[in-house]
Amino acid sequence: MLLTIAFYLFATVVIASAVMVIMSRNPVHSVLWLILSFFNAAGLMVLVGAEFIAMLLVIVYVGAVAVLFLFVVMMLDIDFASMRAGFVRNAPLGIIIALILLAELVLGIGAYRAGALVLGTPDGTAAPLMFESNIESIGALLYSRYLFLFESAGIILLVAMIGAIVLTHRERPAAHRRAHQDIGKQVRRKPEDATVNASPAIGKGIDL
Amino acid sequence: MDFGNYLALIAPELLISISGLVLLLITAWVGDSAARPVSILAALVLGVACFMVGPALLEGAAGPDTSAFAGQFRADGFAAFAKMLIYVSGIACLMIAPPFFERLGAMRAEYPVLILFAVLGTGIMVSSGNLITLYIGLELSSLAAYVLASFLPGSGRSAEAGLKYFILGALASGILLYGMSLVYGFTGTTDFTLIRAAMALELSTGALFGLIFVLAGLAFKIAAVPFHMWTPDVYEGAPTPVTTFFASAPKVAAVALTVRVSLDAFGLQADAWRQIVIFAALASIVLGALGAIGQDNLKRLLAYSSINNVGFILIGLAAGTPQGASAVLVYLAIYVVMTIGSFVAILMLRDAEGSYVENIRDIAGLSRAKPVIALILAGMMLSLAGLPPMFGFWGKFVVFQAAVQADLILLAALGIAASVIGAFYYLKVVKVMFFDEPAGVVQGRSETGHWVLLIAMAIIVSPLGYLLTIPLGLLADRAAVSLFLLP
Repeated sequence: MLLTIAFYLFATVVIASAVMVIMSRNPVHSVLWLILSFFNAAGLMVLVGAEFIAMLLVIVYVGAVAVLFLFVVMMLDIDFASMRAGFVRNAPLGIIIALILLAELVLGIGAYRAGALVLGTPDGTAAPLMFESNIESIGALLYSRYLFLFESAGIILLVAMIGAIVLTHRERPAAHRRAHQDIGKQVRRKPEDATVNASPAIGKGIDL
Repeated sequence: MDFGNYLALIAPELLISISGLVLLLITAWVGDSAARPVSILAALVLGVACFMVGPALLEGAAGPDTSAFAGQFRADGFAAFAKMLIYVSGIACLMIAPPFFERLGAMRAEYPVLILFAVLGTGIMVSSGNLITLYIGLELSSLAAYVLASFLPGSGRSAEAGLKYFILGALASGILLYGMSLVYGFTGTTDFTLIRAAMALELSTGALFGLIFVLAGLAFKIAAVPFHMWTPDVYEGAPTPVTTFFASAPKVAAVALTVRVSLDAFGLQADAWRQIVIFAALASIVLGALGAIGQDNLKRLLAYSSINNVGFILIGLAAGTPQGASAVLVYLAIYVVMTIGSFVAILMLRDAEGSYVENIRDIAGLSRAKPVIALILAGMMLSLAGLPPMFGFWGKFVVFQAAVQADLILLAALGIAASVIGAFYYLKVVKVMFFDEPAGVVQGRSETGHWVLLIAMAIIVSPLGYLLTIPLGLLADRAAVSLFLLP
């Protein structure tokens, strides 16, 4: 009973927030709705017992991808009037895509009615579960059988990070020094250092 | 699972990755002033790694004792031979880099760290016993190489080289992954030994497509025709020490990897890949030779020369015998020496203002200004051409011998005929240096480190190198046999 209520709650929020992603006028709000949608999808994954995917959704999609989206959207200066201008012209293409999606939906429901897919290993038997939870099984494989590959993949990411820093971070010592604010120097400065009292003769200029 | 044993087998990789991380921390704290000490430490680490792979190389380690992590990693004699070449070329690239980058005001302490990680990736490539290991090693070395190619700040050509290498490398990775997914789909495994067993009886069309895509992706990495287009631009644009690296370590690794994949995973379906390899070999020899003729940049010329040499190496692979694999290893060893020697010689050519000379026009009459460098560069060119008194001839000889003994007489004859075309442009460089009016461009003195490397390489390439034929052949034979001990 509780499971059913939770499922319908999560599913409703996923669909409603997904609708709001495309309906809201403000793209920043769209991204925030998207994050809500991801969170509830993660809830659905927990309900079906795939807690590892749920954590991935939260950490990778909410934590990294959606925040990145948010930054990009906030930095871009989007002109919404021009975006809406082509609506009538592009409407036929949109209708065609909508029809294709509708056909896919009908076929998908039909295939689902015909019976679920059975996942298994090539010889037809289902793979045995080593541990209670997915996370334990995945962890046991990653840190024993695939330890070498897992650690090497980590080094690949490290090299990518070093590369990004080496290629984009260039020190400009001269410019850096100019921009540097030395507050002590500013405070020590006296009026006599900066101003000069001059009384030039009439008709003569002054040497600065 | 015996983890202690596994860790002993991956000891060189462990050493390089841990010291890479430590050196990275040093560069992060001390900054670019640590560039020289970090380079020296990195070279020392690679030197120690050489000694670590030494025993496996000398005894020609083979069999199940050399495979770690359920066959994903192989520390056999073949891998040890290739790793030795990779580590030596890594040391050479660390030695020649600091003077070059310091002169351009662009030395960063990250250079030796990236070289270490690239060497680590190439080492994983040659040790791979599984498609996933293959891909991870390839990506590790390629990612470091993309960064190294665009290492010169403010240089448009360096950035172009990096970008070109990155885009074409990503395309090659895509092709390779597509092939790997097909092979996995049609054989049900990513392990080389199991793929071999699954392909033993028949080769389905899907698996054949996978095999072709895998070989095409690897051909990109070894710059074999028709996947060679990126080589001249990248070699020309990248800083010269980095070009030296590209022409040596990743090339050795990619060739060794291609040999292992062809003879191990696809070993029982040799007929399926032999025609591809034969085509790539002949096309590389001819196109490498013809393309080099019009070049006036020495680095571009050497890029075409490397395409040409890959063609000869592939002739050894086409034989598909232990002798062919051994010939490939001997050729690779001699090729690495010739490549490092040529690039070091080019690095020693500077004009009055201290900038580096790369044009063939500018080295006219070099024999009068710099007789020793001119003589050694001429020796390298004659050796690359495969003219008999030099050691380069021996590499070509063993490769053609293996092809003839595998009944590929026509291939060997065509290869020998095409190598005559290649001799033209090597001889042209020699002619420009010795018989043209001096251009008087090259001046200045060179660093001691460069001289040490250059003279060492020159002695190996000179006729004295023939003293090495017996030990080199013996080691290569032992290493090659470790590929053929499978069911």
